[in-house]
Amino acid sequence: MKHPIKTSESDPTFFEEIKEETGAEKILMCFNCKGCSTGCPVTDVVPQYNIKKLLRMSAMGLRDRVLNSEHLWYCTTCFRCQERCPEGVKTVDTMLKLRSIAVKNGVMLPAHKKIAEYVMRTGHGVPIDEQNRKKRKELELDELPGTVHSFPEALEEVRQLIKACGFDRLVGFDQPAPA
Amino acid sequence: MTKNNTETSKRNLSLFLGCIAPNRYPGIESATRKVMERLGISIRELEGASCCPAPGVFQSFDKKTWLTLASRNLCLSEALGADLLTVCNGCYATLADTNRILKEDPEAKAAVNEKLSEIGKEFSGKIEVRHIVEYLFREVSPEKVRDEVTHPLDLRVAVHYGCHLVKPSHERKLGSPENPSFFDELVEATGALSVEYEDKTACCGAGGGARSAVQDVALTLTAKKLEHMQSANVDCIVDACPFCHLQFDQGQFELADRQGKEFSIPVLHYSQLLGLALGYSPEELGIHLNRVQNTEFYTKIGEKAENKFPGKKIGAGTGFGKGGVPT
Repeated sequence: MKHPIKTSESDPTFFEEIKEETGAEKILMCFNCKGCSTGCPVTDVVPQYNIKKLLRMSAMGLRDRVLNSEHLWYCTTCFRCQERCPEGVKTVDTMLKLRSIAVKNGVMLPAHKKIAEYVMRTGHGVPIDEQNRKKRKELELDELPGTVHSFPEALEEVRQLIKACGFDRLVGFDQPAPA
Repeated sequence: MTKNNTETSKRNLSLFLGCIAPNRYPGIESATRKVMERLGISIRELEGASCCPAPGVFQSFDKKTWLTLASRNLCLSEALGADLLTVCNGCYATLADTNRILKEDPEAKAAVNEKLSEIGKEFSGKIEVRHIVEYLFREVSPEKVRDEVTHPLDLRVAVHYGCHLVKPSHERKLGSPENPSFFDELVEATGALSVEYEDKTACCGAGGGARSAVQDVALTLTAKKLEHMQSANVDCIVDACPFCHLQFDQGQFELADRQGKEFSIPVLHYSQLLGLALGYSPEELGIHLNRVQNTEFYTKIGEKAENKFPGKKIGAGTGFGKGGVPT
């Protein structure tokens, strides 16, 4: 056995935290049929990736192993496994809950942090750029879309909500720079 | 020319643009506006809307923030008394799921409304969230779309549903996600043939934050999908989502750069395919602004559209349900 699990590794509070997501407790229903990983498009190309393993480790309270696993971020949230699970395990919903616990504990991938930063600064996860301003003009659309990009007061509302939710503190951007 | 289907648009619609359509593929925005107008469906502007926000990244980070920012966008449409129309599976996932959660869960609604009160807004739950493909299928119907077609297309199409248009199926209520047919029917209403290909319902690879964080994993999924499409000898991909669109279009260049895999399959959003069948030019629909440019495709739509006119029924519905037999 390469990585034997020690009972001391199991943290019962981890499962309690996961259960905050409605339906996530169903990970205890898994009877190991592997229907989830069999149809998984990610497992198809990265055989080491296994959502069942992550969820079962979570049920066992292996907090550190789960939250520090690179594989936590491989899921494309395609929902195939959740659709197919014969036990109704909320595989993807639970995976998203695991990720948010990781984020709360400071595990955040730089690429995701950048998208969050874009939303805080511009209101868009993918904001306009010069090239696309030109494309819009060529198509006879307004150079800027009629979104937060055209309404500064709307962007201000988005920023206010982000602060009200404490999202700026969570992501470490307490003071978003002006757009 | 213009048939006004007022009976199909009983409720007002607002157009939610999202991020990738207006800011990376404005052709999709342009095509959507054109085809909706031609179909006699008026859409209101959703001024000041933001990112939906992105279901993968924001739901992974903090569900409360995800629900709150999404609810603000829903409030904007509520204020117009209009159902909210998306052209993107990701926006559809965020906004339809948020709308449902807040309608069903009084605690979640109260928590969100507490935040919204800071900007003088309140979620009341009086509108629905629609996706353009689902809307056209349910409210207009493939038959009526076909009636509007003036330039039937002779194309072999790889239809890509994407994930969040049909899943979670319990919430979407669009039938089984294992073998859906509604999008194929809309594609075939343009005269095109929806070609069967291996693992058609597989993900494009982009979702869940995978495109930004684990790009090579995401691209390997994309390559598999493109290989299956290529084996089926298709003329183009038709998607329902600007993010899938980006992954397929931009992804073909990234695959060449990073993995040495060469493809040249044009990528169209459904609004662009329908736009061609309604007689708009590729330039009006922004198809020429995609990264993948394939001259064979242009020859095919140029010649065939002219040749087929006015034989409107040619090619329509010839393949779907028969295992995608080539014409």
